[in-house]
Amino acid sequence: MSVEYSKPLPSPSPDSRPFWEAAKRHELQLQFCRTCSVFIYYPRHLCPQCLGGDLAWRSVSGKGTVYSFTVVRRPPNKAFTGDVPYVLAIVELAEGPRLTTNIIDCAPDVVRCGMPVEVRFDDVTPDVTLVKFRPA
Amino acid sequence: MSLRGKVAAIGIAEMKPIKDMGGLTPLAIIARLARDAIADAGLEPRDIDGLLTGVPVGDTGMLYPASVVEYLGLTTRYLDVVDIGGASAAGMMWRAAAAIEAGLCTTVLCVCGDTFGRVEGAKWPTISLTREFEAPYGTMAANTGYALIAQRHMHQYGTTSAQLAKIAVDQRTNALRNPLALFGDTPITVDDVLQSPLIVDPLHLLEIVRPCSGGAAFIVTCAERARRAPHPPVFLLGVGELCTHASITYARDITTSPIAATAKAAFAMAGLSSRDMHFVQPYDCYTITVCITLEDAGFCEKGQGGPFVAEHDLTYAGDVPCNTHGGQLSFGQPGLAGGMSHVIEGIRQLMGRGGERQVKGATRGFVNGNGGIMSEQCSLVLGREG
Repeated sequence: MSVEYSKPLPSPSPDSRPFWEAAKRHELQLQFCRTCSVFIYYPRHLCPQCLGGDLAWRSVSGKGTVYSFTVVRRPPNKAFTGDVPYVLAIVELAEGPRLTTNIIDCAPDVVRCGMPVEVRFDDVTPDVTLVKFRPA
Repeated sequence: MSLRGKVAAIGIAEMKPIKDMGGLTPLAIIARLARDAIADAGLEPRDIDGLLTGVPVGDTGMLYPASVVEYLGLTTRYLDVVDIGGASAAGMMWRAAAAIEAGLCTTVLCVCGDTFGRVEGAKWPTISLTREFEAPYGTMAANTGYALIAQRHMHQYGTTSAQLAKIAVDQRTNALRNPLALFGDTPITVDDVLQSPLIVDPLHLLEIVRPCSGGAAFIVTCAERARRAPHPPVFLLGVGELCTHASITYARDITTSPIAATAKAAFAMAGLSSRDMHFVQPYDCYTITVCITLEDAGFCEKGQGGPFVAEHDLTYAGDVPCNTHGGQLSFGQPGLAGGMSHVIEGIRQLMGRGGERQVKGATRGFVNGNGGIMSEQCSLVLGREG
């Protein structure tokens, strides 16, 4: 494998680094506000509900449902040329938060709103693991 | 009329200036300052309904206030960047006063946060929120966001592509009578739209706006001076603005937009309702945007936008004249001037200068501006009488 990965990669901030480090270990971890008892995504410096800083990183189930999706049929840039058609989706995690992701390991035309999915970690480079989902 | 003594500052927060912020991002700094200033004022975060912010030096600044709103979990009825350099903070004070005095909001958070230097890890522009959490998965600018909304709308309400296509078709009919329209030469049919290539399911090529170059401008003055102007004056009768998120992924309900609140506020200020409008000029980056605007602004029941646009005539001569200039879908989208095209067309129609596409007897109209992915919303009610 000498082909260089040319798609956009996350550049973690101090607030988000634990999320990406957990993904690299194939663990899905989110911030949890102990004051509000809610999970938070994307990672922040303070809870967006109470602006408090009593946040802890907690592992979550990795299970959720497809809230909405689209099949991308034209590459947004040339790095995705070999990928179309692919499924870009909003997944609602069992713990509440929604995230932007891909649904993989299935044909694009089987994806539906409300479909149960589970996390699938994609080690796209030696340093970066993206959080994707597949039908559960 | 003056702002003298109308508003007061009630809380402050300030960080000790240091050479290295120690890994805090500008948004993290803003979050701390917001928390401290709100506490200092004896308020809760939910009490903040206005936001004025400055863009960190070197940031692209695109949609910056919405990013701050989303990051802080705020719901703001007035939001803006004040970008007059070192005068920005002073400028925020009177702009906050003007917004409060106008009744748009009650309590404005004015906040600036920045980091200095480009040493590794010292600067994370806000745009990096989408770059970090969305772009790696292959988002296609706004296209994918609106496709996600359209898909969910179809799932929830049974809306069809043929219904949405009708919006593009009727607006094209309007564009054929607009000599300035980018696509003003050729009529299209529902079949043309449905047979144009699927770009991001369920959106077809002809349901997606075409970026281009261009521009627009308008002049606003006081009522007294307006009555001496050469054209019939078009008065602002009502306005409403709201923002709760930047990315659609974090909107509470992606098929119901903040327009539900902004249109209500605008109609309340005007003392009018959707039934009183002689036309509607809704921002139309995509067909689904028009559908949701018509629903949330009360022109039809929630979820019934699909059947509504299919059953009504949206042309300039129809029963629901909609985007009488062709909308951006047929007029073109020259950057931010694309959104201005709806305001210009609203003014033009009310001045009676609509030419071949003049809506007969139009004296009141609704205009909606939409930013980001159904994120920032601003609704206007315009009218001939002051």
